Amino acid sequence: MIEIRNIKKSFKDKEILKGISGTFEQGKSNLIIGASGTGKSVLLKTIVGLILPDEGEVYYNDRDFLKANRDVKTEIRREIGMLFQSSALFDSKNVEQNVMFPLDVLTKMSFPEKLERVNFCLKRVGLENANKKMPSEISGGMQKRVGIARAIVNNSKYLFCDEPNSGLDPQTSILIDELIAEITDEYDITTVVVTHDMNSVIGIGEKIIYLCNGRKLWEGANDDIADSGVKELDEFVFANKVMRKLKRQI
Amino acid sequence: MKSFGKYFIFLGSLFTNRETFKTYVRLTFDECILIGIDSIFLVSLVSLFIGAVTTVQTAYNLISPLIPNFVISQVVREMTVLELAPTIMAIVFSGKVGSSIAGGLGTMRITEQIDALEVMGINSSSYLVLPKIIATIFMYPLLVICAGVLSLYGGYLAGTLANIISPTDYIYGIRYEFNPYTIQFALIKSFVFAFLISSISSYKGFYTRGGALEVGIASTKAVTNSVIAVLLADYLLAQLLL
Repeated sequence: MIEIRNIKKSFKDKEILKGISGTFEQGKSNLIIGASGTGKSVLLKTIVGLILPDEGEVYYNDRDFLKANRDVKTEIRREIGMLFQSSALFDSKNVEQNVMFPLDVLTKMSFPEKLERVNFCLKRVGLENANKKMPSEISGGMQKRVGIARAIVNNSKYLFCDEPNSGLDPQTSILIDELIAEITDEYDITTVVVTHDMNSVIGIGEKIIYLCNGRKLWEGANDDIADSGVKELDEFVFANKVMRKLKRQI
Repeated sequence: MKSFGKYFIFLGSLFTNRETFKTYVRLTFDECILIGIDSIFLVSLVSLFIGAVTTVQTAYNLISPLIPNFVISQVVREMTVLELAPTIMAIVFSGKVGSSIAGGLGTMRITEQIDALEVMGINSSSYLVLPKIIATIFMYPLLVICAGVLSLYGGYLAGTLANIISPTDYIYGIRYEFNPYTIQFALIKSFVFAFLISSISSYKGFYTRGGALEVGIASTKAVTNSVIAVLLADYLLAQLLL
């Protein structure tokens, strides 16, 4: 489980996060949702330690991440897998080398062991025959899959996904969402997904935190989102015509 | 001053939370190929022509019955060893390798590849930059030696083929009153320049923010700042060591 307490972050005079608290549960797909510019990605990067908050605490299974010494911090970081918005695959490495990278650097496994693990992860994300392809030779959806494989290859306990559906068609987006949810369930990991895609919210949002202007306005499950009673969240959820029509029918 | 301080903090970060020695050996070897071997053609071409042009121009300026012909190659030797091979090559090298380092790291930064390393618990600056600096410090002096030899050979070719100087006079001039310390001085300069070019370019690339435009700006700044640092260091080393 990950717990955040009173996270505050400003860039120059602009306050981006205004005291956000919450928990992200193990074995569940936890979603951070909100409109663009509300601080979702900043919050995610604060949780993984890429951005230092001005105030607040982050706990990984009761281990204080921000106050931890370098060794503990490194240990926690090595339990983290992250899928970036741009996939962040290393251009100079092929698919196999990209997925094997965390094992190369963080473990003492032999090459056959590493290859076996890589092939298992690639098979798990549906990319059995893409080992030797370069990132530039594969589609955006495949890059996301490789990113997921790389994130889980080292048996991560925590999976973070920053806008996993950005730049993907709706069908591929759903496949990626389903893959994330399946992996979360299968390996009982704590998954945190930042998104503004309503398909993801409805499809995999077991626990949702809604951010608006740097504040947490709502927390709950996807089943309850339509009855949140929060005006801003209603406007966000029912922003498109189809959703509004569905709401009227309900 | 703020950038200066940040640069030194950046250099300090290269030596904290390092990966295994084996990892660095492999990365440094790869960088040696990219930085050193891939630069041989350009360095060879530039040094051959610089040697040739220096010979022709020195000969043009020394037309006097009182000055023996071997002085031409002696001047070419001194210019090559002291300045052309280490310093001019440093400027060429910063244009080729410095911009490549800054562009590569800048692209990695804006496409979140550096963030990916950090999230994995890897010290990204140490992992990405330290091998580049070590490889440059290894390879640049070798390139300078190569440039020096080729520059003198370029001068020999230009001088003898154009009948400016006889082969015997050229060789005699090259050997005449040769001070081996100049080689030592050139190598000291090459080590310093290699460190400056690789570290400044890495710093500029590593802290790139924004998009493709900023990567271009970072590459340009890397070259400009490296060249300025090389010229300043050149003057300081000449004052200190000659």
